[in-house]
Amino acid sequence: MTIGPTGQRPGIRITARRAGTFCLLLVLLLAAQATRVQFFQAKGYNDNAANQRKAILRYGQPRGAILVGGQPITGSAATGGRYTYKRTYTDGPTYAAVTGFSSQIYGNTQLEGTEDALLSGTDDRLDGWAVWDAISRRQNPGGSVYTTIDAAAQQAAMSGLDGQKGAVAAIEPATGRILALASTPSYDPGSFAGSSSADQQVWTRLQSDGDQPMLNRALRETYPPGSTFKVVTAAAALTAGVVTDINAPTAAPYPYILPGTTTPLVNDTTSCNTAGLDLDTAMTLSCNSVLGYLGVQTGLDKMVAMAENFGFNNSKLDIPVRAARSNFDTTMDQSQLALSSIGQFDTAATPLVMAMVAAGVADNGTVMYPQLVDKLTKSDGSTVQLMRPRSYRQAMSPAVAGQVQQLMTDVVANGTGGRAAIPGATVGGKTGTAQHGVQNSAVPYAWFISWAKPAGSSDVPPVAVAVVIADSSATDVTGGSLAAPIAKSVMQAVLAP
Amino acid sequence: MALPAAVAADRPEPAPPRPHSGRNVELVLVLGAVAIAVFGYVEVGSNLDGRPPADALRYGAALGGLALLAHLLVRWRARYADPLLLPIGVLLNGIGLVVIYRLDRATPHSSAAPTQLLWSTLGVGLFGLVVVLLRDHRWLRRYAYSGALVALVLLILPIFFPAVYGSRIWITIGWFSIQPGEFAKILLVIFFAAYLAVHQDTLALTGRQVWRLRLPPGRVLGPVLLVWAVFIGVLVLETDLGMSLLYFGIFVVMLYVATARIGWIVIGLLLAAAGVTVVGWLSPHVHARVEQWLHPLASIQAGQGANQIAQSLFAFAWGGLLGTGLGQGHSILIGFAAKSDFILATIGEELGLTGLLALFLLYALLVSRGFRTGIALTDPFGRLLAIGLATIIGLQLFVVAGGVLALIPLTGATLPFIAQGGSSVVTNWIIVALLVRLSDQARRTLIEDA
Repeated sequence: MTIGPTGQRPGIRITARRAGTFCLLLVLLLAAQATRVQFFQAKGYNDNAANQRKAILRYGQPRGAILVGGQPITGSAATGGRYTYKRTYTDGPTYAAVTGFSSQIYGNTQLEGTEDALLSGTDDRLDGWAVWDAISRRQNPGGSVYTTIDAAAQQAAMSGLDGQKGAVAAIEPATGRILALASTPSYDPGSFAGSSSADQQVWTRLQSDGDQPMLNRALRETYPPGSTFKVVTAAAALTAGVVTDINAPTAAPYPYILPGTTTPLVNDTTSCNTAGLDLDTAMTLSCNSVLGYLGVQTGLDKMVAMAENFGFNNSKLDIPVRAARSNFDTTMDQSQLALSSIGQFDTAATPLVMAMVAAGVADNGTVMYPQLVDKLTKSDGSTVQLMRPRSYRQAMSPAVAGQVQQLMTDVVANGTGGRAAIPGATVGGKTGTAQHGVQNSAVPYAWFISWAKPAGSSDVPPVAVAVVIADSSATDVTGGSLAAPIAKSVMQAVLAP
Repeated sequence: MALPAAVAADRPEPAPPRPHSGRNVELVLVLGAVAIAVFGYVEVGSNLDGRPPADALRYGAALGGLALLAHLLVRWRARYADPLLLPIGVLLNGIGLVVIYRLDRATPHSSAAPTQLLWSTLGVGLFGLVVVLLRDHRWLRRYAYSGALVALVLLILPIFFPAVYGSRIWITIGWFSIQPGEFAKILLVIFFAAYLAVHQDTLALTGRQVWRLRLPPGRVLGPVLLVWAVFIGVLVLETDLGMSLLYFGIFVVMLYVATARIGWIVIGLLLAAAGVTVVGWLSPHVHARVEQWLHPLASIQAGQGANQIAQSLFAFAWGGLLGTGLGQGHSILIGFAAKSDFILATIGEELGLTGLLALFLLYALLVSRGFRTGIALTDPFGRLLAIGLATIIGLQLFVVAGGVLALIPLTGATLPFIAQGGSSVVTNWIIVALLVRLSDQARRTLIEDA
């Protein structure tokens, strides 16, 4: 071995070993990186929105069904594309406000969204053997969602709303089960369930439609409730003891000048223009001056408390689809409180919450948590979860509830709600015609809230309804004329044997 | 000459009366490799169609026939060869065919597996030719210089052909296309081995001292540096980044092995850093690759969807520990290079980390067997040749797998034996054939002396 000037040179065996070790080190680096990507970072990559694999898996099998009255209102169709199946709807527009949509491109909303894990089969509760399923990557077939919707009530609501912009929410007062949830104009969620260009065109058209057909007006939109809110005010005044006898004269003055202003609170009908009207008459005729006065007498705190008992100011009202927050301001001066007490000023409510108002009164003061889902099952029909009625609030005592029921019954029997009367049934209701727009120039919102039970029955009424017509071409836009007939047909659908 | 201590220590103690040539071990392993490939083929069919492919038997027979033929040729003309080399080649090639067939099923408009099988057959044929005809590897030394010249011409030719996906690295005549850079690397390694074997002492021991580095005499280093620079220059011109990186790495490794000068590695790394900086600066293509490597998900945040690297990472991640099973992944989302540069992602997705590590182990075994052969050989040329060939496989694996795993910037090269590409498969079979030849030489003395 030659000795170089810089000393002993390592032999070629040594250098070759070092080079070989270097190559193996490179492979080791690769193994480390593979472990990092496939094990430690895998979840992040799998959950990345740009990763289509979860969508492919999701649409690789038929989606579970959503049912109304035990009958599926959804289905699945093979597409032959990258996403094997797409969602279909048997009567899409009728139930769009209930189901929402499940689109390969645009995601899932409403029940399709909140129950997505179950419907798409990824819910852990569908697993038979969790560990084995994880190893074998077996995907469970999608489970079923049984809704509380009553097909007849839903049909009645949709045909009543037909051609108008509006919404209906109907509740079973004793349980909180939602019997109807309708919004018009509606859309067909099946028309853009796939990923073809036709689907995309439909979506774009729906998005740019000025009538907002995809807006769920029953749940996601609030309107000033107008006079229907007087039910809340009456309940608050009775609970606070401001009024004890609904037929006794009140101290309400006429004209009622809004406190701190010189503006009188005007009435729609001259019959109201008398001082000291009793509450029953005031409700029957829908007198603003009386109820505004009573709201102020009750006081802000008690008015807020009563409104919140019915679901106002709750930004997390999940049925399980989240409803928009209904508003009743918590800081107001007296004049604002007077206006709010007749459902004006900043007061705004979803049809759902106004249905809760009617239902709470009907259920003797107990407001039940509204729910849209009866039960969740696996594809084989075995129950995953059974929903039980939950109490939301005890809004008022049964005695007060009885008084408010009497008020509402009189509205239908003798007052503005006459068009909701059903032969052979006891019906209680309240009309509302809410001004809005600049200088109140827009077509008013026509409201009606009500409940009904067979005449003579002492049971809790089986149905409570809220109807709002947001925009109608009718000339006489009042709750009594436009909304009450729709409420009537929905109640009749439920009452029918 | 006395036996080197390192090799002697490898012999079992006490020495068996008659050492094995390893041919029966090889036969068993080759049949096992064929069985694994056929099993994979059947699994793809079962997972995609619910039944094995109709031609599974024919496919198995063809693969088995080819492998057996290769084995018999080795048995006949290289009976002392390392018994692991051929089985690893068969297994890797078999896995490659299965995965390409699987990807064909996801791209009904283009099927690559039949062509790949044809090229594999040609590759095994050339393997046989080399094993049978090349009696003594030292014969290659005589043609080292002319080989380098041929390699250079091969390498320059694609410049006159149209670019494919931004790189001019193919020679295309009608439906037929080859990638000369793949073949040229063997010729270049032969040239390096021949040149360094002759000049290693001069390179290592003479030259001027500058600070602590001893610079080699330019007279000796000049020619080899020139050849190498021309090769790299051509490849950079053709924007074949993977190959330039590979050629560069092979040169540095061989120079170090021959001269034991750490200085070479230092200079090599400095040159590489300078080169990458300059190229990255001048070429928007390379700059983009580096950006994608540093921020693989940036394009998603920018709302442009997942780029290839992101898609590749998604595929690996989806595979997890155990994989989805052959045929049940979605690596086709990666796009146009799914069967070639990115084929490893399919393996990662469908066979999981487990399968990937097993694959890396196979490559590591092949590379280490190459190095063992080099170390065991006594002639400097053979030694450097074996080491150079093993380095090709090791570095190419690193460049490709590192790129698709986002360990290093993506440069684009074929995964040895597995990726779609005829030139690559044929080249790899020739490399294995040369290693078989060299290992036969290395072990012959040992076993016959025993």
